[in-house]
Amino acid sequence: MNISLNITETIQEWLMSMMPEGVASIAAMVTVALIYLIIFAVAGLYLVLLERRVAAWFQLRIGPNRVGPLGLLQTMADALKLVSKELTGTIKADKFLYNLAPYFVIVSSLMALAVFPFTKEFQAFDINIGIFFLIAISSIGVIGILLGGWSSNNKFALIGAMRSGVQTISYELSVGLSLLTMIVITGSLQLSEIVEVQKQGWLILQGHVPAIIAFMVYMIAGTAETNRAPFDMVEAESELGAGFHTEYSGMKFAYFFLAEFINMFIIAAIATTVFFGAWLSPFGITESLPWLGVFWFLGKTLILVFLMMWFRWTFPRLRVDQLLTLEWKYLLPINLINILIMAIIVWLNLTIKF
Amino acid sequence: MSYFSDIYKGIKTLLTGMSVTGKYFLTSRKGAITQQYPDNRDTLKMFERFRGEVVMPHDENNEHQCTGCQKCELACPNGSIEIIWDRGIDEATGKKKKFIDRHIYHLGLCTMCGLCIEACPTDAIVWAQNYENSTYDRTQLTKVLNRPGSKVKAGIED
Repeated sequence: MNISLNITETIQEWLMSMMPEGVASIAAMVTVALIYLIIFAVAGLYLVLLERRVAAWFQLRIGPNRVGPLGLLQTMADALKLVSKELTGTIKADKFLYNLAPYFVIVSSLMALAVFPFTKEFQAFDINIGIFFLIAISSIGVIGILLGGWSSNNKFALIGAMRSGVQTISYELSVGLSLLTMIVITGSLQLSEIVEVQKQGWLILQGHVPAIIAFMVYMIAGTAETNRAPFDMVEAESELGAGFHTEYSGMKFAYFFLAEFINMFIIAAIATTVFFGAWLSPFGITESLPWLGVFWFLGKTLILVFLMMWFRWTFPRLRVDQLLTLEWKYLLPINLINILIMAIIVWLNLTIKF
Repeated sequence: MSYFSDIYKGIKTLLTGMSVTGKYFLTSRKGAITQQYPDNRDTLKMFERFRGEVVMPHDENNEHQCTGCQKCELACPNGSIEIIWDRGIDEATGKKKKFIDRHIYHLGLCTMCGLCIEACPTDAIVWAQNYENSTYDRTQLTKVLNRPGSKVKAGIED
């Protein structure tokens, strides 16, 4: 098979053969953006369906199984319904910010999606500060939430947005530090190089004890950063209605909703890339078939997504003070000590390499 | 050093919780409690405690157990039960005796509270487990529970 896996280059070369260079590069960018937008929409919709089925199974129910075979078209139908609904708003809302907020959320998660190495060279944007870029981009989403809560002119929305701000800013530290712990091993922030290092064993094996601690901290902080249960005080139904998106309806609500699920996918995908070897197959069993990397990447990511759904349907919601205690008194000190241990292990060459 | 024991206990209890829900997840395909109602209309059987409507069982001799004591009528909080009764001569003993002419039950008024069934001293009325009670005409919701020509079972008043 001679198909190049580097989609940006493949598309660009194909377009170059038809039109002048400047037009071709712009057309290539637009095409790649469209491809990622479609991946974004489809992945978001099917993650919602997965969440509903998994939730049903945890609660001894069946879940959506009516629309289409096995209920596979259920979320498509939901999205169609949301598109056809009226976009309502409050009279005293800050119209400009109110309409801008959903795009902040959705654009930030879409940008994060661009840097993942789905398989060798199937990566839209292999930036040399990959992890740093991901951490930075994933915290921009909170601006959208804050704007949405503020401009809705609704006290519940505002309280929800403020809680989200507190939560994301606190847990951002733990996410960053636990990823830094792994950067100590790889010595590079570029995602393709992180994958290259893992050909000698996935980082969770290479780093053994501190890596496992870092992974646990990362999963807890990542769940908190996506505002999912048990950390979903942002939209605690019993207290705040729907939280920051109380005043949103129709497609604008759907943007927030989809972005939440895509953020969950992104958190799981970062964990897959950094801890579980991205598209590398276990023991290199499918090394000769590079296309199967997509399968391994998505498989590992979906297992981690399932883990987050398992958290959601098991644990009760935390109070705000408990949430901040967990972050500042437990996760952060553990993380700082962990990064020191990891540094010592790398310094003394105690990492396990195959 | 309660700091570290707190971390240990926290992780341990979280894992306990996850194992519980994990077991439910794995067994859910067999033990799903959802009834896919219109599809399984033929096989769906309601459980014994289900309150469908009040009925009066009759045996093969067309005899019921209602003595006409009217305790159910008094117990009913919203007047769903009306008993039309009369007095007649008991053939066996020759004494005057109360018997029911019609035991009228308004399903449209009933809230399924079950006080009438608790009040009944002879267990003449019980819950039925049928659940498709909707009709196109509300007069059909007024039901006469005792069948025409039925009489009280002998010896039930003793």
